[in-house]
Amino acid sequence: MSYQIAVLGDRDSVLGFKALGLETFPADTVEEARTTLHRLAREKACAVIYLTESYAAQMEGDIARYKDELVPAIILIPGKEGSLGIGMANIKKAVERAVGADIL
Amino acid sequence: MAGTVVNPTRMELTRLKNKLKTAQRGHKLLKDKRDELMKQFLDTVREVRTLRAQVEAELMRVHGSFTVASALMSGPALESALLCPKQGVDLDMTFQNVMSVNVPVYHYHTRSQSEGDIFPYGFAATSGELDDAVEALGQVFQNMLQLAQIEKTAQLLAEEIEKTRRRVNALEYVMIPQMQESIKYITMKLDENERSNTIRLMKVKDMLLQEALEEQRQRDAQALEAFRARTEQV
Repeated sequence: MSYQIAVLGDRDSVLGFKALGLETFPADTVEEARTTLHRLAREKACAVIYLTESYAAQMEGDIARYKDELVPAIILIPGKEGSLGIGMANIKKAVERAVGADIL
Repeated sequence: MAGTVVNPTRMELTRLKNKLKTAQRGHKLLKDKRDELMKQFLDTVREVRTLRAQVEAELMRVHGSFTVASALMSGPALESALLCPKQGVDLDMTFQNVMSVNVPVYHYHTRSQSEGDIFPYGFAATSGELDDAVEALGQVFQNMLQLAQIEKTAQLLAEEIEKTRRRVNALEYVMIPQMQESIKYITMKLDENERSNTIRLMKVKDMLLQEALEEQRQRDAQALEAFRARTEQV
């Protein structure tokens, strides 16, 4: 089955990805990003959703809901403002969840 | 053991012993599964960390180029240049089974005519910085997809490890001790029954003997009496 790749974030951050042929979903507010995320996840047309960290910081609960699902994979990418370290922190959290302590 | 009542019967004992054997086997298997999952998980996580650091650094560079490009071009011009992408990406997803966990494997293929020709705009009206940015983005994209794959794998493995760990612990610290306790209780109860049965039999035998002895004595006494009466007559 063929899937799409979505990029969700503020307008400036997602602009470049359009040139690559990815589906871009610019969102001006966190609310908008949240509804778009849920819509994309429900449609299951996107296997991978790249989400900018600045929005992800305020959507933790929404992202956690899809963490254990096979589709979609929500991957955080740094937005225009630079990396906020949330993506790295999430890896740390996954290790803590599996092992019980951060051993790396 | 608190809360559970077991029938102290031989049938229950056999049942529990079989159950314990199964539980111990399951415990061993789950433990092995957990260890192997952990190994895979740690490998994946190490990979994720390095790749994420790399992708983040590259993306920051791309964003930098885009910022410069947007400074050199007007906003609408930039947007219109990127509006109609020449390239399309199709993503195929297959699954790989890692210790009974389905993890995604992504394959993508682009729909552009040629590899180098990804610029969806004419070069005349745009700045060179934009070309750099788009090209750099095209290069980082493959890593981004790889990152998506292994990061999702790590998340799914983490979930499975958590589940397996809980099962192992539940078996090790709750189920198995509980069953051992029950088995011990039943064996003790059965032994106790056995002993009380023996004692009862001994007691009954004693009583029967006592009765027989008494009877014998009475008969002896009667015989003696009869004998004495006869001698007196004579």
